[in-house]
Amino acid sequence: VSALTPQATRARTRARLRTVDLAANRALRGLCIGAAILTIAVIGDAGYQIISGASLSIGKLGPAFLWHAEWNPPFNKFGAFAMIYGSAVTGFMALALALPIGLAIGLYLALLGPSRVAVFVGPLVEMLAAVPSVILGFWGIIVLGPFIQGTVEPFLNSVLGFIPLFGAPQTTGLSLFTAGLVLTMMILPIIASLSRDLFRTVPQDLQDGAAALGATRWEVIRGVVLPTTASGIAAAAVLALGRALGEAIAVAQVIGAGNAIHGANLFNTGITLSSRIALTFSDAVDKLNTSAFFYLALILLVTGVGTNLTAGWIQRRFAYQPAR
Amino acid sequence: MSQLSDPTAPLTPSGNLRRRLIFSNLTEGGATLAAAAAVGVLGIIVFAVIQRGAGAISWDFITKDPPQFGGPGGGIADAIVGTGELILIATLIAMPVGVLVALYVTEFAGPRATQILTLALDLMNGLPTIVVGVFVYGLMVVGVGQSGFAGGVALSIVMLPLIARATQEVLRRVPGTLREAAEALGVSHWRTVIGVILPTAAGGIVTGTVLALARAAGETAPLILTTSIYANTVQLNPFGHALPNIPTTIFALSESNDPSGFQRAWGASLLLLGFILIVNITARTIVARSKASLTR
Repeated sequence: VSALTPQATRARTRARLRTVDLAANRALRGLCIGAAILTIAVIGDAGYQIISGASLSIGKLGPAFLWHAEWNPPFNKFGAFAMIYGSAVTGFMALALALPIGLAIGLYLALLGPSRVAVFVGPLVEMLAAVPSVILGFWGIIVLGPFIQGTVEPFLNSVLGFIPLFGAPQTTGLSLFTAGLVLTMMILPIIASLSRDLFRTVPQDLQDGAAALGATRWEVIRGVVLPTTASGIAAAAVLALGRALGEAIAVAQVIGAGNAIHGANLFNTGITLSSRIALTFSDAVDKLNTSAFFYLALILLVTGVGTNLTAGWIQRRFAYQPAR
Repeated sequence: MSQLSDPTAPLTPSGNLRRRLIFSNLTEGGATLAAAAAVGVLGIIVFAVIQRGAGAISWDFITKDPPQFGGPGGGIADAIVGTGELILIATLIAMPVGVLVALYVTEFAGPRATQILTLALDLMNGLPTIVVGVFVYGLMVVGVGQSGFAGGVALSIVMLPLIARATQEVLRRVPGTLREAAEALGVSHWRTVIGVILPTAAGGIVTGTVLALARAAGETAPLILTTSIYANTVQLNPFGHALPNIPTTIFALSESNDPSGFQRAWGASLLLLGFILIVNITARTIVARSKASLTR
């Protein structure tokens, strides 16, 4: 066999391909690279636009913006603390509710439920994520809010009233509590479908082994399924928290657009970073005001990117490695 | 064991095992209940929208503009047309870019570039949609004013990572034998891509795009800063002025305290939710069928 040098091979290939083909190959490659660069450029430009839009307020307000609670544009008072508080309270409330329920749904869909039922329930749960946030929020105003105010608030207050979180019922159902519930509904399907996919990857051998040793179904889950997927669950929780912190519209509709922190009572109105932007961006009185909105967006951007990177890191760092 | 166990002992578990089994059954019941609750919430929302929205929907509702000076009557034709335009613009931008990015990853990119692009797409997907709105406001609205085109661009940023990821998945599932056959016949790379790979993946790409489109149709946050202040008439030109659209219409009506406005908002919600759910169900059924036919 005569060994062809790489140059000779390339020359033959070149001869075989017509110039048209060569040009078209290059064009396709160029287009693909262009699209890839565009994608990365959009992300970069998003960061640039938001930082440059916020630069005026960063210069004038500095980091104190983060812990000042007063937001009063006509008097040039800009502080984000009430919004950071609202975002944190509603976000963590949603996560605290959605994580156990979402994991339970994931377990049902992947392991516990009869597969004929799960085939239908799975897509239905995902359909909950397809409901537009503006419709969920509108439903929250008209249907959920009054129900919360009339039934849930008095009940929680009478049963758990000794905890400051469940204080006196208010005159409107628009509150941090309602916003947290709406967010729960929005991140529930995310946690459910992510954890379902995780639970499906748990090796059957391990589960069968535990069952053969006499473990009940719950003990198989507790001893095998949850430990092997713990890193994935943590990542899913962080991702869902990021989603909850970023959600603007539904929260803006049901949180009652308060301006300050009214004690620990969850039944009070509040405001979050993203809903503040959604509600009053177009009412900005001057350049500093607009820039302060960009500052809020910057905080959101950092949390969004941060949660995403953290989730990825958790997954890589703590991934379950089967013993060899 | 010196003693034989009592043959008359009951076969039902007792003591510790009984407790463990009861606990196990309780957790199973809890999981079932959780799944039922999620489906129940979906049912309650859909029911509320149908119950309250069905009365608002009529021929006039779909074909007439809203009354110029508020009050009852009229429809949301302007918003329906506008949302259609916005989605069209967003799809025209996001689909080619998304497909090309996915092609880049599967055809050209090395592991390093793949990593960077995957990260970029993840970040874009994780970007809060209101931040997308602020970004496009800074890029295209500041100083110029709102425009339907800016809204379309904002929606395309929401759609792009969804389309790119869906396309990547389908491209990976294209059988390697097809590509090898094309290569063995001496077909050049671009012809393989255009003549073999893309047609094989076309169904999946279209499904992915349609699902992304359904997602974008309901997005409000990116539009609130880019195309929310508009005249309530049907407008075809997306440049130079804001386009009316369904999500911001619902948002504005839900914030105003006007019963006839609420009525209109329920009608608009029903149209939007109906569109999104039907698209989702159809696309998912098609995906499930094609998967079933592949594994047969």
